[in-house]
Amino acid sequence: MSAKYQLDYLDQLESESIHILREVAGQFERPALLFSGGKDSITLVHLALKAFRPGKFPFPLVHIDTEHNFPEAIEFRDNLVKKIGEKLIVRSVGETIKEKALVENRGRFYSRNALQTYTLLDTIEEFRFDACIGGARRDEEKARAKERVFSVRDEFGQWDPKKQRPELWSIYNGRIRQGENVRCFPISNWTELDIWNYIRRENIDLPSIYFSHTRKCIIRPGGILAYSDFIFTDKDDIIEDRKVRFRTVGDMTCTAAVESEANSLDDIIHEIEETKISERGATRLDDQTSDAAMEDRKKSGYF
Amino acid sequence: MDLLRFLTAGSVDDGKSTLIGRLLFDSESVSTDILQAIEKASKGKNHTEIDLSLLTDGLRAEREQGITIDVAYKYFTTEKRKFIIADTPGHVQYTRNMVTGASNSNLAIILIDARNGITEQTRRHSIIASLFGIQHLVVCINKIDLMNYSEKVFNDIVTSYKDFSKTLFVNDITFIPISAKLGDNVVTKSVKMPWYKGKALLDHLETVELASDYNFSLARFPVQYVIRPRVSVPSGQQDKLHDYRGYAGKVVSGVFKKGDEVEIYPAGLSSRIKEIEIADVRETRHCAWRQKHIPEAFAPQSVVIHLEDDIDISRGDMIAKKDDSLLVTQDVEATVCWMSERPLNAGTKLLARHHGKSVKASVREILYKLDVSTFDKIEGEKSIKLNEIARIQLRTASPIAIDKFISNRANACFVLVDENTNETVGGCVV
Repeated sequence: MSAKYQLDYLDQLESESIHILREVAGQFERPALLFSGGKDSITLVHLALKAFRPGKFPFPLVHIDTEHNFPEAIEFRDNLVKKIGEKLIVRSVGETIKEKALVENRGRFYSRNALQTYTLLDTIEEFRFDACIGGARRDEEKARAKERVFSVRDEFGQWDPKKQRPELWSIYNGRIRQGENVRCFPISNWTELDIWNYIRRENIDLPSIYFSHTRKCIIRPGGILAYSDFIFTDKDDIIEDRKVRFRTVGDMTCTAAVESEANSLDDIIHEIEETKISERGATRLDDQTSDAAMEDRKKSGYF
Repeated sequence: MDLLRFLTAGSVDDGKSTLIGRLLFDSESVSTDILQAIEKASKGKNHTEIDLSLLTDGLRAEREQGITIDVAYKYFTTEKRKFIIADTPGHVQYTRNMVTGASNSNLAIILIDARNGITEQTRRHSIIASLFGIQHLVVCINKIDLMNYSEKVFNDIVTSYKDFSKTLFVNDITFIPISAKLGDNVVTKSVKMPWYKGKALLDHLETVELASDYNFSLARFPVQYVIRPRVSVPSGQQDKLHDYRGYAGKVVSGVFKKGDEVEIYPAGLSSRIKEIEIADVRETRHCAWRQKHIPEAFAPQSVVIHLEDDIDISRGDMIAKKDDSLLVTQDVEATVCWMSERPLNAGTKLLARHHGKSVKASVREILYKLDVSTFDKIEGEKSIKLNEIARIQLRTASPIAIDKFISNRANACFVLVDENTNETVGGCVV
């Protein structure tokens, strides 16, 4: 009997994530799913289809757009939304910068990544979202390793790691006061490799930039960036064509490429199993600023 | 490949973080950039070799003070299993974190310093683990290198632990002599202890039998969400879905089959399972989904259940097969781990959250407090403080459908929430 009733680890992770998504739907009045266009949020959408079909999603997809995205990712996003027939809300960082007269940190390390927090908090306020579903995983970064599945944020969006609610069994406490909101992370327990194995098993479609392609790049000691008009270059930068792919899809200004020949899911999974550099380490220039960079950004309202 | 969730209990001095670091390091689960960061940090603290404990201490305050203040989750995979580690701190004031870790794990590693033998902390961790759901204990007698790899030291500790553990609710207990710092018996078997015939720790973790951890005889399905696709979905199936009413949730224990007779609690109505389904979306390239009917569902699958009869069922209700184990009651006796700075007293009013159901509850009586170092019951206590464990009698505003811990732990747990602060203030088992 026991062998008959055994679930594979991917089935266990999937079931846990569906359970969490349905808890969000059951506990909150105005949830939203934060959609970045990356593989983790695409996986979230896939899990949401499994959790709620044949019904509609009980939440819209929300994209906080830095306007520095990969064009391939935006095209993919619009196609996906059309195919599933769900609502998409886009709010842009550029608008926030204009409205609030924010000063952009121009120069070599110019990025709107940090400014996303303002737009996100404004969007939460505009739609009075009480829960935001995100695709963060605990294996990504050490501050995330300590965050709960239901993570309560105060009215300023701040995370207080010392005041986290104990999370027992699979009972998630989403009770909040007016103005507060909860960040919900259904794929907390998945690793990068779990995600890729699941994408392969479920035959999930992804933006093309995850696969090897030739592209004009800026080569710097800290990593390889995709060339684009809004990335500041100076005379020391080497600009040339490289065969690359991206392990994460974020803002073009801070998402580094890896040189790779992998152009199928099998190749990518093989490459990840072999490589010894962690996902954020390889591709996120925003975490390299200090040992507690993510912890600090989370405390001030980041995803 | 399946999944094992385990927790490590013990204090920094017992070498807990070093053990986890060793498991991750020797199983090649640490990437080079993280190792480089740790090497850098080790040098900053004047360590000559890599300080493996730095792999697990996440928050700034922890790194500064060299302690673990919260549950951190770590992941690694071998060819046999995926592992989720709940790394919980050992200090008395963090009992609630240990309870949290225990509630989400199948197995607990209890670390004992070979030089000190069993301490009050060892007993406390073992008792808490067994009270809050752990089914497998692995007692690692660490720093055995400092006791010349002595068989006698190991055997003495095993004898006294066995004597103590008779009171625990755990059947599966394994003892392993290790040196986390040097790697003896952690990932590979040590050549320095030929007298030890058992497995190295990782080998044990990869092979420990988990199938019996789920209860497959008592069928329980708490309804999380009702799917009613009144609005059309681009699928061409709208008309067929006009009367669709599916109960979405996760089977927490047991097996449900199509055609099974079921009861709906707390109402006490009966019906029959018409269909069990999951959404099949393997073809997302076109985002075509279809309802896939399955003959049976078992724990811990997330599914949608349809009933023969049109009954008013909503979130918080329980679909179950009839048996003698289920209690449908407003009077609940439970063991609570209290997690708030404000004490628990007779008369305290709270919210009890059991699966998707939330009901008002009031503490009728504190039956006794438990000394978690000795298992002694202390009667006559008026008030329960943070990190204390007690047996209490609760009265709920409406009935809940719950099992006793000894018969079905998957449906025997609930949490207490403070209605005013919204904090989770207690973890309870019946």
